[in-house]
Amino acid sequence: MAQVILFNVTNGLIIGAFYVLMALGLSLILNLSNVINFAHGNFLALGGYLAFTLSPVVGYWGALLISPLLTALIGVVVERLMIRRIYNRDPVYSLLLTFGLAFVLQDGARYIWGPNGLPMGLPAVLAQPITSTLFFITWYRVFMVAIVIVTVVGLFAFLRYSRIGLRIRAGTFDLETVATLGVNVRHLRTFNFAVGCLLAGLSGVLAAGQIGLNPNMGDELLMPSFIAIIVGGVGSLIGTLFGGLLIGMAAALTTAVYPAASEAVIYAIMMAVLLLRPRGLIGEEGMMS
Amino acid sequence: MSTALVAASEGRAISRRVLAPIAIWAALLTVPLWLPLLGGYTALAARVLVFGLAAMGLNILLGFTGVLSFGHAAYFGLGAYGAGLTLRYLVHSTPAAIVAGTLLGGLAGTLFGLLIVRRRGVYFAMCTIAFGQLWYYLAYSWNSVTGGFDGLRDFHREPIGLGPLTLDISQGGTAFYYFLLAIFAIAVGLMGFLLRSPFGRTLLAIRENERRARFLGIPVERHIWLSFSISCFFTALAGTLYALLNNFADPLTLHYSLSGYFVVMTVIGGMRTFWGPLLGAAVFVMLQDYISSMTVNWMSFVGVIFILVVLFFPRGLLGMMRRRIAA
Repeated sequence: MAQVILFNVTNGLIIGAFYVLMALGLSLILNLSNVINFAHGNFLALGGYLAFTLSPVVGYWGALLISPLLTALIGVVVERLMIRRIYNRDPVYSLLLTFGLAFVLQDGARYIWGPNGLPMGLPAVLAQPITSTLFFITWYRVFMVAIVIVTVVGLFAFLRYSRIGLRIRAGTFDLETVATLGVNVRHLRTFNFAVGCLLAGLSGVLAAGQIGLNPNMGDELLMPSFIAIIVGGVGSLIGTLFGGLLIGMAAALTTAVYPAASEAVIYAIMMAVLLLRPRGLIGEEGMMS
Repeated sequence: MSTALVAASEGRAISRRVLAPIAIWAALLTVPLWLPLLGGYTALAARVLVFGLAAMGLNILLGFTGVLSFGHAAYFGLGAYGAGLTLRYLVHSTPAAIVAGTLLGGLAGTLFGLLIVRRRGVYFAMCTIAFGQLWYYLAYSWNSVTGGFDGLRDFHREPIGLGPLTLDISQGGTAFYYFLLAIFAIAVGLMGFLLRSPFGRTLLAIRENERRARFLGIPVERHIWLSFSISCFFTALAGTLYALLNNFADPLTLHYSLSGYFVVMTVIGGMRTFWGPLLGAAVFVMLQDYISSMTVNWMSFVGVIFILVVLFFPRGLLGMMRRRIAA
């Protein structure tokens, strides 16, 4: 029994970690640029596939490092070519644009890497369980959670202490004033978009090792990430962090009790939050309107 | 000179206001005559009507209130499932199915609208997307009732008894097309009446300047809520017709991709215009039908259409025409 509970708790932690990584990227872009990036799940898939292609050449560890950076680079190109053009227009256009982009990227991945699932090879060290009693916890699971923790701490430290991070946070509250103070907002937004894509790419590499690769692997993570943002509170990255962990845990624990309701419970949490605390658990008053 | 110009442009505006609807209704009424000549089939026109009605319903909110929902597939799909479930489990009556489906989708939208009327912009949109997916997962996982991933089958539209007469729409084809057109006409008439009423004008005022509308004492939240609710009822009605058209309801009618299609139809046609969504639906349905018969990579083409529309035709076809006439 203890094992079953522990199994579901670790599952929840891992699912939550993916939601967090994905939702933090979405949230960064949403806060600064007011764009919902529908293609975020496809950037995740892109990161995974790039790692798949790169790892025979540069090894798993090299791919883990390079493919998120490449994803971010592709993000920069996409932002410069398309997304930049719709920043000051009605939100309907940004949604349609990233929605179309998601279609193109998903179909592109299917075209290049094929429609069928692909396995992602892992180094032998990571594939082993940590002990024989805890056979379900492989080193890879520990490794994933560790990477996510390091990344999240790094991201928050970066936003807190670096100059660019400060500007991103300031821009979240009042972009016009930030621009007036002489910050190049265009570059700031491009950089911020790239950071979001970097996080998506990293989650893609990590997810590939756990569930393998397929062209729509990011789709299942997209909706929970939206919900993590709504639950945590728009405008607050800490809120997104807790929102992601909360719904990941809730989904995993519900799976243990009643598997059919594991999706429904996420939506139930969202409805409860919208009803009882519309600004989200940690969101700032007024950010949602 | 200038008065003559004004008179001329007014004359043109009036002729547009009168001629355009006449042309549209004439085209719709004669579809079974001319569509086969162009290589189309009547079921395609029926799809245009259904999606057009759904997009016009969405446009009450998007174009005439200025509020973005990216989750209208939920109400469309609820309408479809409502109609399908009624026909399959409750009564074999087409009108009852239409009423039940419309009520199911419309009331779900009305209740959800209460939760989100204070949100604006992308946040409103994000809540509508997430709520929409709830129904998708429900239809997907509640296998025993909804048929799960395979969709809801084993129901079909029933002939309608009108006193001594019977309207046999069970065969599809032309009779069913005119049945759809009649319902479409009633719905569109109601929509036009609503948008021309003081209520509709108030929605426009909110779209143009929400803060000013609020200063004028207009209860903005209540109007947005009503607009959302009405728009959901029309889209749900379209959903019931879709279930009748296919004798089938599947989870994809609830998926947010379809919400995206409704929005892009509206934008292609022109979201500040009354008839734009219908035109957009016609363009989109034809293109999709054509492209998906040509290539398996139709998703890329649809995605590229989305991107091109956003970057180069944001006003839509009717919006561009109107601008040209004004200039």
